[in-house]
Amino acid sequence: MSTVLSLTAAQAVEQIRAGELDPAELWHTYRERAAADELNAFTWVAGEGETPAVAPGAPLAGVPVAVKDLFCTEGIPSQAGSKILEGYCPPYTATAVERLQEAGAPVVAKTNQDEFAMGSSNENSAFGPVLNPWARDRVPGGSSGGSAAAVAAGAVPWAIGTDTGGSIRQPAALCGIVGLKPTYGAVSRYGMIAFASSLDQAGPFTRDVTDAALLFSAMAGKDPCDSTSLGLPEPVRLPSATDLRGLRLGLPEDLLAGEGVEPGVLENFRATLDRARDLGAEVKTMALPHAEHGLAAYYLIAPAECSSNLARYDGVRYGFRADGAGDLLGLYTHTREQGFGAEVKRRVMLGTYALSSGYYDAYYGKAQKVRTRIAEDFFAAWEEVDFVVTPTSPGVAFELGAKTADPLAMYLNDYFTVPMSLAGIPAISIPNGLSEGLPTAFQLAGPAFSENRLLDAAYALEGALAFDGSPARQA
Amino acid sequence: MLSRDQVLYVARLARLELTDAEVEQFAGELSHVLDHIEKIAELGDLADVQPTSHVVAVENALRPDKPRPSWPREEVLAAAPDPAQGGFRVPSPGA
Repeated sequence: MSTVLSLTAAQAVEQIRAGELDPAELWHTYRERAAADELNAFTWVAGEGETPAVAPGAPLAGVPVAVKDLFCTEGIPSQAGSKILEGYCPPYTATAVERLQEAGAPVVAKTNQDEFAMGSSNENSAFGPVLNPWARDRVPGGSSGGSAAAVAAGAVPWAIGTDTGGSIRQPAALCGIVGLKPTYGAVSRYGMIAFASSLDQAGPFTRDVTDAALLFSAMAGKDPCDSTSLGLPEPVRLPSATDLRGLRLGLPEDLLAGEGVEPGVLENFRATLDRARDLGAEVKTMALPHAEHGLAAYYLIAPAECSSNLARYDGVRYGFRADGAGDLLGLYTHTREQGFGAEVKRRVMLGTYALSSGYYDAYYGKAQKVRTRIAEDFFAAWEEVDFVVTPTSPGVAFELGAKTADPLAMYLNDYFTVPMSLAGIPAISIPNGLSEGLPTAFQLAGPAFSENRLLDAAYALEGALAFDGSPARQA
Repeated sequence: MLSRDQVLYVARLARLELTDAEVEQFAGELSHVLDHIEKIAELGDLADVQPTSHVVAVENALRPDKPRPSWPREEVLAAAPDPAQGGFRVPSPGA
């Protein structure tokens, strides 16, 4: 591995600033790595001839970034992993991506994903599955599986993705890298192809916590084009904490006892709690009484919102249109039958059912009330603890095809990540060891807009854990 | 278990043309998922709980009511499967 590839993005920024590294060389190195990718992590890679111009003094100094396919990028295919958006090149760029470009991070590639971000294994993509760089017979997680695999494999310095119920944190966990889901509203959703609008949030995939802070700082901010965006109350600081003194970590034992957590995951989780105690943290057992119902509420709310958001794909204005469909209704139904994959249809059906007359109160209405209860659980928790900690994923990366026949088993991957999504709070996943030779991860969640404190705590833990992600880059 | 008719009814609402095999498959899978979702009933009476449609309280996010140029018509139509005469061409609803 060349020395350029061993640099974190923040180190590359520093070397470019010091005149020790040529940003054009960095661009070409990574462009070639991405073009030669064997993991099916990308849906598009920049052409050979293009070396993007970067403004002098730009904070990200020309370190290239990969962007999940569902971010609209002007003139570049943006299909959200779906056949129904075949060939779609948007006339505009998503705000989050535009901010990265302006900050000096040119887009070197678009990353593969589960169709419309629906999935936890990246097996629901019209572009085919992504392979995990730690073991190519395993999934990288999803839905942002391409972003996670690409960063872990060192095919790009860093990437962005989106998280609706765990789609940043879970693939980051399964690929042994850092993933941050910011507070809902911290990053603009303008130009993000919508899945479940009250939950969707963009965030970074990086090799370490410092890179996560740096990339997040460039993406965040209020945007007049997204009236639900709020920006952050204070600028993002690069993390510097070396201990956790004075911090209270909440351990939701009831949640941990719930759904089958693999022994190796649990073992590494407990070991990380010991490291946290060594660093001065107090670990307090607490309860999130409604969190175990998070999955049930999520799998009503997200499909309901998706069934509404995906109504726009009808073969009229963009993307794929079915041939020989007869009348207008036939055009809609045949286009959607041929353009959507199985999981998208399943969720559109589930959401339509949950919103249909006679079932609305029993399903969607009730799920919204459970959502209130879960948010209240977290509010109550912040009276007693600073952060809530869990494993990110109940298991390590599973074999391709292992869960495709059982949607419910696939949904259980999101068991530890969904409650934070429903509450709109930030959460970060950091790698904390290996089990069966595959990465496990530790999740820290904090109150809304606590990103700076969260990044600091994750940084201190990262230093103590000293996880070695380099095996994935040598694959 | 969802009946075949229920699945077809929902598919019609969702504007999905399902194959016979998909109707069978979804009847089983959706029933299985809905059974799991029924766990919510364990929480008992939620009548007094306010529903949350959006977690972050944003009130009246206003912007100046200033006109700005929209995208050129040609650029937007360029993405359409069948643009014609400055619009999106579709088959007749009654064809």
